[in-house]
Amino acid sequence: MTSQSQVKLRCRNVWMVYGSNPGRYFQSDDHRNATDSFIGKLRDEGFIPAAIDVNFDLLSGEIFAIMGLSGSGKSTVVRCLSRLVEPTFGEVILDGENLLEASDRELIEIRRHKMGMVFQNFGLLPHLTVFENIAFPLSLQKIQDSELRVQVERVIELVGLEGRESSFPRQLSGGQQQRVGIARSLAVEPEIWFLDEPFSALDPLIRKQMQDEFLRIQQLLHKSIVFITHDFLEALRVADRMAIMRDGRIVQIGTPQELVFAPADDYVAQFTSEVPRIRVLTAGQIVEPIMDAIVDDTRAMPVAPMDLPVEDLLPQLARHPSGVLVKGTDGDVLGIVTPDGVIRSLSGVNRASASPISLPDPV
Amino acid sequence: MPTSPAIAGSAGPFFLSAKDQKVLGWLAVFLFTAGCIALSGRIAWLGSYPEVLILPIVEWINQAEDVIVATTKPFFRAIAWLLDHPMTWVRDILHWLPWPALMLFAGAVSYRAGGWTLALFTVLGLGYMLVIGYWEEGMNSLSLVAISVPLAVLVGFTIGIWGFVSRPAERIIMPTLDVLQTVPAFAYLLPILILFGFGPVVGLIASVLYSFAPMVRNTIVGLRNVAPDIIDSGLMSGATRRQLFWRVRVPTGLRQLLLGVNQTTMASLSMVIVASIIGGTSDIGWEVLSTMRKAQFGESLLAGIVIALMAMILDRVTNGLATRRDETAGGQTWILRNRFWVIALGATLAVALVGRIVPILMTYPETWVVSPAGPMNDFITWFVVNFQPAIKEIKRISLFYAMLPLKIGLAQTVSPFTWGFVWTGNHMAITVAGLALLAFAGFRKFGVNAAAAIAIAGCLFLFGITELPWPALVAVFTMIAYRLGGTSLALGVFAGLMFLLVSGAWEKTMLSLWLCGIAVIVAFVAGSALGIWAAHSNHVSRIMRPVNDTLQTMPLFVILIPIVMVFKIGEFTALLAIIAYAYVPAFRYAEHGLRNVPNDVVEAARSMGCTPNQLLWRVKLPLALPNIMLGLNQTIMYAIAMLVIAALVGTNGLGQQVYIGLSKGDVGIGLVAGAGMAIIAIMADRMCQAARRRLEAPDQA
Repeated sequence: MTSQSQVKLRCRNVWMVYGSNPGRYFQSDDHRNATDSFIGKLRDEGFIPAAIDVNFDLLSGEIFAIMGLSGSGKSTVVRCLSRLVEPTFGEVILDGENLLEASDRELIEIRRHKMGMVFQNFGLLPHLTVFENIAFPLSLQKIQDSELRVQVERVIELVGLEGRESSFPRQLSGGQQQRVGIARSLAVEPEIWFLDEPFSALDPLIRKQMQDEFLRIQQLLHKSIVFITHDFLEALRVADRMAIMRDGRIVQIGTPQELVFAPADDYVAQFTSEVPRIRVLTAGQIVEPIMDAIVDDTRAMPVAPMDLPVEDLLPQLARHPSGVLVKGTDGDVLGIVTPDGVIRSLSGVNRASASPISLPDPV
Repeated sequence: MPTSPAIAGSAGPFFLSAKDQKVLGWLAVFLFTAGCIALSGRIAWLGSYPEVLILPIVEWINQAEDVIVATTKPFFRAIAWLLDHPMTWVRDILHWLPWPALMLFAGAVSYRAGGWTLALFTVLGLGYMLVIGYWEEGMNSLSLVAISVPLAVLVGFTIGIWGFVSRPAERIIMPTLDVLQTVPAFAYLLPILILFGFGPVVGLIASVLYSFAPMVRNTIVGLRNVAPDIIDSGLMSGATRRQLFWRVRVPTGLRQLLLGVNQTTMASLSMVIVASIIGGTSDIGWEVLSTMRKAQFGESLLAGIVIALMAMILDRVTNGLATRRDETAGGQTWILRNRFWVIALGATLAVALVGRIVPILMTYPETWVVSPAGPMNDFITWFVVNFQPAIKEIKRISLFYAMLPLKIGLAQTVSPFTWGFVWTGNHMAITVAGLALLAFAGFRKFGVNAAAAIAIAGCLFLFGITELPWPALVAVFTMIAYRLGGTSLALGVFAGLMFLLVSGAWEKTMLSLWLCGIAVIVAFVAGSALGIWAAHSNHVSRIMRPVNDTLQTMPLFVILIPIVMVFKIGEFTALLAIIAYAYVPAFRYAEHGLRNVPNDVVEAARSMGCTPNQLLWRVKLPLALPNIMLGLNQTIMYAIAMLVIAALVGTNGLGQQVYIGLSKGDVGIGLVAGAGMAIIAIMADRMCQAARRRLEAPDQA
């Protein structure tokens, strides 16, 4: 992500506090910095702070994952972004305009044209067929039949549901139902795509398939995505950047690599310790300078991109034990990866200093 | 009974534990009762509530009614006039339609709702109506239902939406529905009669008033229970408020709404039948009633079967339409999507036109009517004559050994003619001592509640509910309410009882309570036992299901017919009729509760070496208890509903008062008696609910 990305959606100091009339606590500046004493006071008085001073930017075209255990407030945050719940305080700025100040009419227009959302339990309408479900957001806008048909057929093809158009949701498997949910949310060609635990209700095998499918679709469409999940590995798989939430707060934001190799605190470290490094580590991170002694052999070596995970590099290393060349985004060869180097970095031992490897600077 | 420190700390003198308070409370109540009984011979007002203290509520109501009728009569008559027209139209259409056309159409609807079996059932049911010669009467009743259901659904749906949108409105609507559904329908027939005038339109209005309540409840539940994910997805699809309501909520909750239509239809039919007691319309309910009064039980039963068939068909069809899953894909055009209905309507119209030309199809020839009423009457006579000794013996035993003692007490029941000996002071002393011992044993083994239950049962048997002094009964009932639901419930029950006293309905209420109480106990015990059996035997379950379904869908007074045939009129017949109707919920909830005990708990118990008996008594029944209590609650409600109908065959009590009001045209008597029944029903319901809450969360009670 070297290009200067635009901010699509900006979440500024967003608070969601449940209870009767919590707004009065936000008239003074007490809530600034979200001190523990302020939160404690809210809790003592029977309020439930579900989202506490949440800040992040969603860049254009990126997948931003929000990961947290149940009750950490991640679903609340995504509902604040889409205004399915009204945040108690803060700003949600979409393309430079504060969403929280939009009138009901404007909000409906924004939802009709700019936003799509996928739900954990699919949220399909049981009385409509697959086709009618996907066409539902378009039919609410009273779009002409012929145009609607073209749009719907396009997304049906995109998610691979051809032939199931006239089935009812209950006749489909969970994975198929979520394909309908995805197709419906894409039918209006939204710019922002919210996915609230889209694959959590699915079996592990189907979940993996759907993640691949999702990444494939994103390759084609380049939406700006907020992806909610409680599954750390899922977040690693799909996210360009991710945030970890705990008790309503964001505890760390970063790329998957940053989180794995530099967890902000013990809480994050608990998740990352379970993560196989081989999946996170990329070729670019363990590349070594090419030694003069073996330079002749490099012509026969295969070349791998720098963002290739080490896991996917292994088969090539197995075939070419002398090493694999790594090239940067601009096409220049950065260096070489050898089986030795892989073993050293996975075991956390640096050749020169015998100390844990350090990260290259993030973008 | 676990005593929680919260209770100990919260009420009463600080030096008494909760348990001591309980014991002392009950002791006080029973000492008071004993005192009342001892003194009731000397102090007259203890025995029966003094008449000077009875408020002339009946007269007040009648005076108010005169004023209301005088001022609002034109308005209500205008409504009646307005409603009369669509009713006549529907009736004319149904009579214009040749019978094969209606059969075809009904068959088509049934096929849509439940496949070939239901279609066949419907056609055969209608065929029965035709062959037995009750087509006209059946159509008259059906036309009332056909117009009252849409009206009730519309009213119910509108009120339901209001309750859904506004919580404060819901808080007003719900208790009002409770009252509307517990005041016996007969009680408001008279005011309607007076306000709206005479004729079938009264049946229509009563039917709408009685049947819109379930629609309201189902509308609120249906709209509210739509999954949040679906609402959110509707919002994120950019739905406006209106679109969210009509295109997301209503269609998603449609199944619940249609179940509301089903319940409304059943209530409507039941009320249409009940309303025929007013007479003046030649409908099928009147047919049953008038023949029953003439002791033509054959005819009565044949007409009753028509009602039962109508009820079953309407129930299956509306229920089938509500739960149907549309598996076929929608076509491209409206006609293609609805081709079934287009064809069905077309065929019906075609048959109708042909039928108008061919006389046999237009009206079923009189000479083809086959009525087995004559032989049936002969058979009934033969049966009753031949089994007279057995029937008499059954009646005699239940009367002298159970019903009468509970009514007027052992002391007055036992005589040389009945029990074979004279009741003396010694008998009394021995029995009281025995009971006291039993109560004490119960206290030692099971605690205060068991002792109190034994003592109450003993009092009832010894003295009879109608003979017990009213202050004692008020004290006992209030104490039970307090133990079950705390101060607020006790106050409510006390207020209800005071109303019954002050309005002068006390004695009649006690008679009703007596009959109803016996019926509830028998129905609950028998129903639960059968339900437990059915939970363990698929065979029993399969046999009982259609029986229960039939008893529940049948309009109430059809149940009376076979019982009256055998046992003649009287309280015993009424009792049997109430039991026959009220055992069903006890059965169903017991079976449901036992069958839904989590399997892993049962397996765990088995693996610990439970015998089947231990499994039932120590695992399954305790877990199923909340459900069984729900069954008791429903059994009481059903018994009270049947009480009024049973009064048709000669009982004393509130039900009888309602009829007296109706026949004399005295609104006050009818309404006070109706209110009395509603009070008993609501008190019983709240006490059952309180008991269930205690069962489910014993530590919070």
